[in-house]
Amino acid sequence: MEKNNHKAWLYLIPAMIFLGAFMVYPLIDVFIYSFEENYHSVSQTYTGIGLFNYKYVLSDPYFLQALKNTFILVVITVPVSTAMALIISVCLASIKKLRELFQTIYFLPYVTNTLAVGLVFMILFKKTPYSDGLINMIINFFGFSSVDFIGGPYWAKMLVLCTYTVWVVMPFKILILTSALAGVKQDYYNAAKIDGTSKIRTFFRITVPMISPMLFYLVITGFIGAFKAYSDAVALFGTDLNSAEMNTIVGYVYDMLYGNSGGYPSYASAAAIILFAIVLTITCINLIVSKKNVHY
Amino acid sequence: MKVVLQNLTKKFPNRNKKQNADVIAVDNFNFEIPDGKLVGLLGPSGCGKSTTLNLISGLLQPTDGKIFFGDEDVTMVPAEKRGIGLVFQNYALYPHLTVKQNILFPLQNLKGKEKLSKNEMEKRMAEAAALVQLDTLLDRKPSELSGGQQQRVAIARALVKKPKVLLLDEPLSNLDARLRLQTREEIKRIQQKTNVTTVFVTHDQEEAMSISDLIVVMKDGVIQQSGKPQDVYDDPQNLFVAKFLGNPPINVFDAEVKGEKLFIGENAVMDVKGLTDKKLVAAIRPEGFVPSEGGSLNCSLIRVEVMGRDISVVASHPLCQNVTFRAIIGSEKNYQINDGKISFDILPSKIHLFDKETEKRIRFEA
Amino acid sequence: MTNDYLKLQKSADLKRRSLNTIIYLLLAVWALIVLFPFYWMILTSVKGYGAYSNEKLPQFFTLSPTLENYVEAFTAVPLADYFLNTVIFTCLTTLIMLVVIIPAAFAFSRLEFKGKNILFALFLSLMMIPNELVVITNYVTITNLDLKNTFTGLILPSVTSVFYIYLLKENFSQIPDELYYAAKVDGTSDLKYLFKVMLPICKPTVITITILKVIECWNSYVWPRLITDDKRYFLVSNGIQEIRENGFGRENIPGMMAAVVAISIPLILLFLIFRKKIMSGVARGGTKG
Repeated sequence: MEKNNHKAWLYLIPAMIFLGAFMVYPLIDVFIYSFEENYHSVSQTYTGIGLFNYKYVLSDPYFLQALKNTFILVVITVPVSTAMALIISVCLASIKKLRELFQTIYFLPYVTNTLAVGLVFMILFKKTPYSDGLINMIINFFGFSSVDFIGGPYWAKMLVLCTYTVWVVMPFKILILTSALAGVKQDYYNAAKIDGTSKIRTFFRITVPMISPMLFYLVITGFIGAFKAYSDAVALFGTDLNSAEMNTIVGYVYDMLYGNSGGYPSYASAAAIILFAIVLTITCINLIVSKKNVHY
Repeated sequence: MKVVLQNLTKKFPNRNKKQNADVIAVDNFNFEIPDGKLVGLLGPSGCGKSTTLNLISGLLQPTDGKIFFGDEDVTMVPAEKRGIGLVFQNYALYPHLTVKQNILFPLQNLKGKEKLSKNEMEKRMAEAAALVQLDTLLDRKPSELSGGQQQRVAIARALVKKPKVLLLDEPLSNLDARLRLQTREEIKRIQQKTNVTTVFVTHDQEEAMSISDLIVVMKDGVIQQSGKPQDVYDDPQNLFVAKFLGNPPINVFDAEVKGEKLFIGENAVMDVKGLTDKKLVAAIRPEGFVPSEGGSLNCSLIRVEVMGRDISVVASHPLCQNVTFRAIIGSEKNYQINDGKISFDILPSKIHLFDKETEKRIRFEA
Repeated sequence: MTNDYLKLQKSADLKRRSLNTIIYLLLAVWALIVLFPFYWMILTSVKGYGAYSNEKLPQFFTLSPTLENYVEAFTAVPLADYFLNTVIFTCLTTLIMLVVIIPAAFAFSRLEFKGKNILFALFLSLMMIPNELVVITNYVTITNLDLKNTFTGLILPSVTSVFYIYLLKENFSQIPDELYYAAKVDGTSDLKYLFKVMLPICKPTVITITILKVIECWNSYVWPRLITDDKRYFLVSNGIQEIRENGFGRENIPGMMAAVVAISIPLILLFLIFRKKIMSGVARGGTKG
């Protein structure tokens, strides 16, 4: 085959221009920003090169709050949503009637606007002077007193955020796990049945290992996704997340760039790189663990 | 352990919703598998042979009829309590477990009285692995084994529980031709060594004939004929069985009985005492043709294929149901090719007559 | 003996049936949790403002449904403008993206050139770069170019996707080489081959990519929020946030819910029509956000 050099580049030029301008250049630039001290966005001047931006960010109580929130969110929602999705998918795989209907329903949150549905969650949980909201009505029914989930104590707000996050990420996980389960051949189950394997043992010794690559894929993407949480929080608590104590790392980056405390691309860059470093580390740990535990 | 299948019937609900009738996969199946024998269930795809196997295994419940292992009625016994070993067509080896773990897996399920100690399990596993000659591959994963080796792991896993009955579903279909030959001998060897009653399913008649003690030929869920392979081959009860067994296949001609003689076209092929005049079908095994000058059946010669051990003569005849037919003759015999013509005498034991309508065998005295 | 087995069979049947009941119950509960917010937003959107405000305890249904909230959502706040903006943004972004990624995928799958493998590896490594890392400079770039509050500024950074190039390239590569050689022998140009052979064969993938991109555009929030502070350029996500914070001049939850319903409907319709395509497309590697 001849090497039709220049023509090939012609096909690639548009993609390369866009990727160069909006991915490669910014990627380099963000590191530069993060080391430029006292960068001023209007005059575009800076006073020195160093680690000051990182020091600032790491000692900023808002950032620490965001870091804490993000970690809590990750630690709670990833295991909970993965386990729930696994249970639901196994149930789904074991039925025939109504299966497609359930699958369709379960996927709905994926195609809805996070901001919009977040508002519904807010009004379900919110306590106002007029009404305590639906969730509080249920809580009252069981004999407990109302909690203000949106403007109240920290744990309540975190609970709502986690609930909504789980609700939002479930469709993807259920979809992936259902198709992974469908990929396990019936023969394996028949073989196990003939050998008199109990349901529980079949599940843990056959089903789980067989879908383990997909499970780990979900855990990894789940971690990455949860670390980048932001719009869910905005939907529930509004754009001023710092005062709601519900900011996330990504939220902090955007606030530094823009929001009320905005205009500091250097701080934003430093925070974004810290986030990236965390995500990278966790992903690597995940990959190492999965190498050891995922079969084939 | 002998296995008795009594009036076994399995119907499936029709998938096509417009037709309400059930699909009958196995129809009134009666057969007794003697203890310690190797039985081949044989038939074209969709004939119900795999369904029959699954009924014996207990993975499927029969619609009607009974299954006995020895004198015990196991019809209602769930698969795991029947004491069977099943080898799947694609082996169904657990990909995440090593050979050793795969073979151990069934033993680890045993509970209560049957529970084995670690040492016993290891011992049983080693025995089974040695039986199928896998001792050196115990720590490999299935993906690191060849098809034939995977097959042997599957057999070892099925045998490790010391099953009363061993069932194999198309055990050779995933192997290439050379391995197939090797593996079928291996299966025979293992079966003879363990002396376990074995049923296997195949669509390949050669496979079934070569290793089975008994074969059962099925079509549309109904047993066509059963017996020792050679007996069924030599004495088919209907045209389907005659056509299904034998490679190259039997050659089928339109024929006619006139005055106690069998005619294929103008040629009187042989005497058939006691038959009234009628049209029928004559099927002749490839080895039933003897070329001879002035033979009774005149044909056009297409070509001669020399196979070494014997010679395959491809010829045609207007009344043959195929465009050409094939005769196999010993290579030591010399014969002349005369202007594209060839004549054969027919060995009476190699010709079978069948009714044109019912395709049932018509017997005669030669 | 047989009796025992019948008993065994019966108890197994019973066990299976009760297990089935539990499974269906569980699935139904989750379906309820998924559907309830949708029900609640529709319900609230048809409750009158006065009626809703007087509910001390939330009511699960209403006997006097009204559409006044929808009227208000489209008149009191510029919801229609947000809609129009989003439609323009979505269509343009998706269209330009296809124009950019199809030739790139074609070059990677079909053409031979020096450094192809290295370049493709570089492309793939870009998939690992999180958006959050590059958004900062992009924001500064767009601001410096004076493109804030313009469609150009909104669209430009979103028109390439390494992942979709990858997906399309994989699909293109499955087309047997013989087809290409046959076309070459017939004197077909590369471009013609791309449009007459490859794209028709890969139509399902192109449609899947298009739908996924449309969903992504319709729901995008972060970039539009950074780049627009003029209401005239708000997309629906920013619009809904704006309505929430400065909305109808008072806290009008039924009105808000009407807006939420309105912006949710297009995607839900799209989903119901292309259900199989969307689900298989997402299963092949889409992640949200």
